[in-house]
Amino acid sequence: MATLVQNELNADVMMKPERPANGSAVIQVQDVHKSYDLGETKVHALRGVDMKIEPGEFVAIMGSSGSGKSTFMNILGCLDKPTSGKYILEGTDVSSLDKKQLAAIRNRKLGFVFQGFNLLSRTTALENVELPTLYAQTEKSMRQARSKEVLELVGLGDRMGHFPSQLSGGQQQRVAIARALVNKPAILLADEPTGNLDSRTSVEIMQIFQDLNDSGLTIVLVTHEPDIAQFAKRTVVFRDGKIRHDDPVSNHPRAAEVLKSMPTVDED
Amino acid sequence: MDFIAILRIAIRALTRNKMRSLLTMLGIVIGVGAVIATVGLGQGAQEQVQRQIASMGTDLLFISSGSVNKGGVRLGGGATKTLIYDDMKAIVQQVPTAALAAPSSGASGLIVADNQNWSTRITGTEPQYFDIRNWSFDRGVNFTQDDVTRAANVVVLGATVQQNLFGRADSTGKTVRIGNLPFLVVGVLQAKGQSGMGQDQDDGVFVPITTLQKKITGQDWLQNIMVSATSQEASYAAQAQITSLLRDRHRIRPGQDDDFSVRNLADVAQLADESSKVMTLLLASIAGVSLIVGGIGIMNIMLVSVTERTREIGIRIAIGATESDVLRQFLSESVVLSLTGGVMGILFGIAASITITKVLGWSILIAPIAVGAAVVFSMAVGIFFGFYPARKAAMLDPIEALRFE
Ligand SMILES: Nc1ncnc2c1ncn2[C@@H]1O[C@H](COP(=O)(O)OP(=O)(O)OP(=O)(O)O)[C@@H](O)[C@H]1O
Ligand SMILES: [Mg+2]
Repeated sequence: MATLVQNELNADVMMKPERPANGSAVIQVQDVHKSYDLGETKVHALRGVDMKIEPGEFVAIMGSSGSGKSTFMNILGCLDKPTSGKYILEGTDVSSLDKKQLAAIRNRKLGFVFQGFNLLSRTTALENVELPTLYAQTEKSMRQARSKEVLELVGLGDRMGHFPSQLSGGQQQRVAIARALVNKPAILLADEPTGNLDSRTSVEIMQIFQDLNDSGLTIVLVTHEPDIAQFAKRTVVFRDGKIRHDDPVSNHPRAAEVLKSMPTVDED
Repeated sequence: MDFIAILRIAIRALTRNKMRSLLTMLGIVIGVGAVIATVGLGQGAQEQVQRQIASMGTDLLFISSGSVNKGGVRLGGGATKTLIYDDMKAIVQQVPTAALAAPSSGASGLIVADNQNWSTRITGTEPQYFDIRNWSFDRGVNFTQDDVTRAANVVVLGATVQQNLFGRADSTGKTVRIGNLPFLVVGVLQAKGQSGMGQDQDDGVFVPITTLQKKITGQDWLQNIMVSATSQEASYAAQAQITSLLRDRHRIRPGQDDDFSVRNLADVAQLADESSKVMTLLLASIAGVSLIVGGIGIMNIMLVSVTERTREIGIRIAIGATESDVLRQFLSESVVLSLTGGVMGILFGIAASITITKVLGWSILIAPIAVGAAVVFSMAVGIFFGFYPARKAAMLDPIEALRFE
């Protein structure tokens, strides 16, 4: 497993380290603002966020609705750009990159998992997982092998030919996680990945995340539920577009252990 | 993304909505089919015209009474009565490039045989007319120069007239009536088919010129003279020489318009060729318009498709598709649509032209250029009309696209 999610980014020539002296942070956010101009009014979704995430961290972002969590995640995921401030990803200032380079980062450095799964319907689990490898120009023989590998990793080795509509919510989210992992990203970004799942399935998903984190993958996760956030190593609380709390989680529980003590759905 | 993968995705997206794809392609199918059919038919017609004119002989010259302006429009044709039999004699004697000449005047009339009758064209001429026109006899013989001298009541029937009055029966030696005069049928011509102008050349009868003039029309002037030049190359020289000879004989002063016209069949061939080309072009461009309409149909469906699949596009961009990946994906869908439509249109057009040519009895001509152009053109339609929707897809904001319901 360790080899699977291994960080391969050093080989990527596209990323030129901007400030080599600045330590080893994968993500560095400096005074990031994001505002939406709605004609009359201006919505300030982010009002000066600073954050540093080191390799191998597992961060849970919490906060009330509308506090700017998704906005922040979209910026981390290179889907959106800050109005002002800096986002340095592995030593590279993202604002200096063109659209094509941003697409390559989304494709190879970042893995995205959404609340709503966002799988292509009428496309099998295997093909959904394969999708990022197509854009990565992966060799044809490698694509399927790699996709099968990650599907097995998330425990869906026997559901590869199924369509999303034939899978449960938890299984669909596993497919989405496999898709996020297929190109061996350095960072996994998940915006409320358990938002649509029951509590047991949520913990199962967190077990996968913890295992991935153990193998060295950096994870940033947004969640509403403190129960879910406790599985992370660090929690960050947003309020009104700013960070209010940023604390390490002392002795966070292992999802695998929690699962053992949880009643199965049948017993409810 | 590699080409095969893009193509696979496109084909899969299109087969997901088979009926819709098929209906969208229909415009292109009809457009391409119509272009292929009209170009094929036009070329077939052109070849037909050429063959007929060649069969008449491109060394032929037509002299008509009345002048013709530069555009080929007859001004007061037949109004002048200055073209006479002696003009013809003079041409044969004085124009070295003229081999044979025959007068030809016409009238229309009713031919009656027993209880059958047939309205047709009556041409008055001389025996050498059939040599000039390279026309042989199916039955019987030609009338003679002696018949001409005597203004005898003899007639040669065209194949259509023979068919309508006598069917398969032998008509030679029988008597037919033209007006109230009895005529002896001496010969029947072989069928020649339609002329380059679409006239049935076999629908007519031929009598000595003198008989026509004295007994039927009462005209003592000639409507036309047909001349064969010694060779095709000589026909242009003959045209010039005849013109100057006739101007001389008709005492036309320099600067004054001719009161006759000399047309060279080589020119006529060219004219017919050009007019059928123009016709083909016209029809093909009308058909081409339906290609554009088909293209708009593709654009419409692609726009619908982009809207329907906004979320899919958002997902693709979020997982690393570049603008050009998305652009190529949608562009290839519209090209697959239009190209498939184009190929179906080609098959449809070929089938249509085979059917039509069979009905008309023409030889089938499917122009490889038209087929090639149809392929290129339908592809161009796909690219052109697919570009805007594809660009719209490529430019989508991933966050908004992912939020799209
Ligand atoms: N495209 C947009 N246009 C205008 N305002 C926006 C836009 N996107 C987000 N906002 C505003 O920015 C603020 C932060 O939104 P965001 O989606 O980041 O909240 P969130 O913390 O993810 O909330 P939730 O927990 O409900 O998902 C909100 O007030 C929202 O209305
Ligand atoms: Mg949110």
